[in-house]
Amino acid sequence: MNLKPETLKRIDEVITHYPVKRSATLPLLHLVQEDAGYISDEAIAWIAKKLELELINVLEVVTFYPMFKRKPIGRRHIKVCRTLSCALVGGYKTCETFEKEFLTHAGPTEVSPDGEVTVEFVECLASCGTAPVVLIDDVLHEKVDCAKAKQLAAQIKAEAAARK
Amino acid sequence: MSAPAQKRIIFQHIDEPGYTNDLACYLKHGGYEVMKRSFARPPQELIDEVKKSGLRGRGGAGFPCGVKWGLVDRKSGKPIYLIVNADESEPGTFKDRYIMQQDPHQLIEGTIISCFANNVKQAYIYIRGEMAEGARILEKAIAEARATNFVGPNILGSSYSCEIFVHRGAGAYICGEETGLIESLEGKRANPRIKPPYFPAVLGLYQCPTIVNNVETLCHVKYIADVGGEAFTKIGTPNHTGPRIFCVSGHVQRPGYYEFPAGTVTMGQLLNDVCGGPLPGRTFKAVIPGGSSAKVMRFGERYKGKRKVGTDMVDYDWGVEDVPMDFDSLGMIGTMGGSGGVIVMDDSVNMVEALANINAFYSHESCGQCTPCREGSLWMKKISTRMVHGDARPEDAALLKSVADQIPGRTICAFGEACSWPTQSFYLKFKDEFDSYSEAKKTLPADRRVLV
Ligand SMILES: Cc1cc2nc3c(=O)[nH]c(=O)nc-3n(C[C@H](O)[C@H](O)[C@H](O)COP(=O)(O)O)c2cc1C
Ligand code: SF4
Ligand code: FES
Repeated sequence: MNLKPETLKRIDEVITHYPVKRSATLPLLHLVQEDAGYISDEAIAWIAKKLELELINVLEVVTFYPMFKRKPIGRRHIKVCRTLSCALVGGYKTCETFEKEFLTHAGPTEVSPDGEVTVEFVECLASCGTAPVVLIDDVLHEKVDCAKAKQLAAQIKAEAAARK
Repeated sequence: MSAPAQKRIIFQHIDEPGYTNDLACYLKHGGYEVMKRSFARPPQELIDEVKKSGLRGRGGAGFPCGVKWGLVDRKSGKPIYLIVNADESEPGTFKDRYIMQQDPHQLIEGTIISCFANNVKQAYIYIRGEMAEGARILEKAIAEARATNFVGPNILGSSYSCEIFVHRGAGAYICGEETGLIESLEGKRANPRIKPPYFPAVLGLYQCPTIVNNVETLCHVKYIADVGGEAFTKIGTPNHTGPRIFCVSGHVQRPGYYEFPAGTVTMGQLLNDVCGGPLPGRTFKAVIPGGSSAKVMRFGERYKGKRKVGTDMVDYDWGVEDVPMDFDSLGMIGTMGGSGGVIVMDDSVNMVEALANINAFYSHESCGQCTPCREGSLWMKKISTRMVHGDARPEDAALLKSVADQIPGRTICAFGEACSWPTQSFYLKFKDEFDSYSEAKKTLPADRRVLV
């Protein structure tokens, strides 16, 4: 594993939070995914060794929790809330707008043709009062109707263009 | 009768202009003073205050907090853990997020007081994975508190030490169920444990006695340690003491969070006066009063029976609008107050389609251990989605209900009940709409809002 020194430092620190090493499985998976973008076979083996676990102990955790990805996803991760309160005020339209803007389909590991985004339809994000809501990477956007979805998409595209 | 004014206790500083989530601001507003005073009291006295207060958990089940603390095994000699349930993933619920983001020190102070009262040396805040920002804010707040010696070794020079760490989930709703949460915190799949024997108070985290409380519940503890259990009982109703935060979403003019003494507003006051009523040109059709698994209420139906007022039994005859918003009243009419998430649907909504949305949620979130839950939630999703997007058959409604009826009571955790109640109650209350959906579908506007 080729992890950044900063990640390795945080990994060693977080293990000290628990009397039992295995408890650090989720934190380590988060840290590795933040660093490497996804959880590879190599990462699973590395974490298992680090925490003195069997491979299966880590693999079964990775496959249980939707936030962990087994392959690389888009550079930006757009999570649109699918659940009732958001759907009641147009969440499905919001998701469709992002799909159209990036010529992609919503899916946990689907990547837009330009490699820029993964649009994922997720369950209630605990912000139902400002529905429909969308989480882009770690930032929550509220009351995202179609017009606002288009704006956000334009912003992402502009940021992508500026990088090139 | 118009609604009484909001009385914000837990949400006192939420959205207050100029109020920031750093320690300096919290201290300026009297922060950690209650903790300092609590440390001068015998821990048992604090537990007794919480018992006296009648505080019921705000995470969903409404279990009395003092009773829960009383069940903790203190003789085993094992360490006692406290876990803050910050998983907040019940659809329609969005209160803990604001406490953690805007007033994290209130939660930390409540947590340390609760730890001190229960002789806990190690607490974890289990926050859902999607709240990365909330986790960062909490971590920063804990670091500030540690630097000021409010958290960590020998707090305020006393012999009492207590650590708090933030632990992030990773997108699974079942981590909100307390034993699933414990499994998850142990680094495993969040498969809930069988009770008995695995009551957290006896065999919880690492098989040690463990207290699991919701974020909001622990903020109430801080308030109770401040004003006393007796004073807390003066707020709300005798069996649902203290303030209640309502999270209103869906088809009202002003969705949002509102805090009232429990039981002092009715559903009608909450939706009409506080939330501004239905959207223009619309009327209310249905409301789910306590998170998506709570049984649905249909506008126009009436609830009749006898209830206790003081020492007398009196008759009640309520419409949806008349029901007081407390645990008992909502329980009496066959639903529940749950987590306080109120989801409103107006006459533009087709109930089959709304149910299909809810069923998709539960099917996605079942942990999969119990066959009735795993298969039943999937079938309910498949049947209701097919009704909407494929062929709808007149017999589908009865089929849905028969699947739902075979789940509750046959599963390891309460998710089994939670996933069957929506189908059971939607069918019971809107049987007409389900039975006629195959016909009605032909005339529903093609451009109607997609719900599934
Ligand atoms: C399926 C399911 C999901 C739950 N989700 C949550 C949740 O997201 N947050 C929460 O505080 N409690 C949740 N609970 C309730 C917890 O199991 C537990 O009762 C609660 O954390 C206890 O805290 P309290 O007594 O302070 O309410 C859930 C329960 C079930 C059965
Ligand atoms: S009832 Fe459902 S969620 Fe609960 S343990 Fe069984 S399968 Fe898992
Ligand atoms: S339903 Fe979308 S945030 Fe809760």
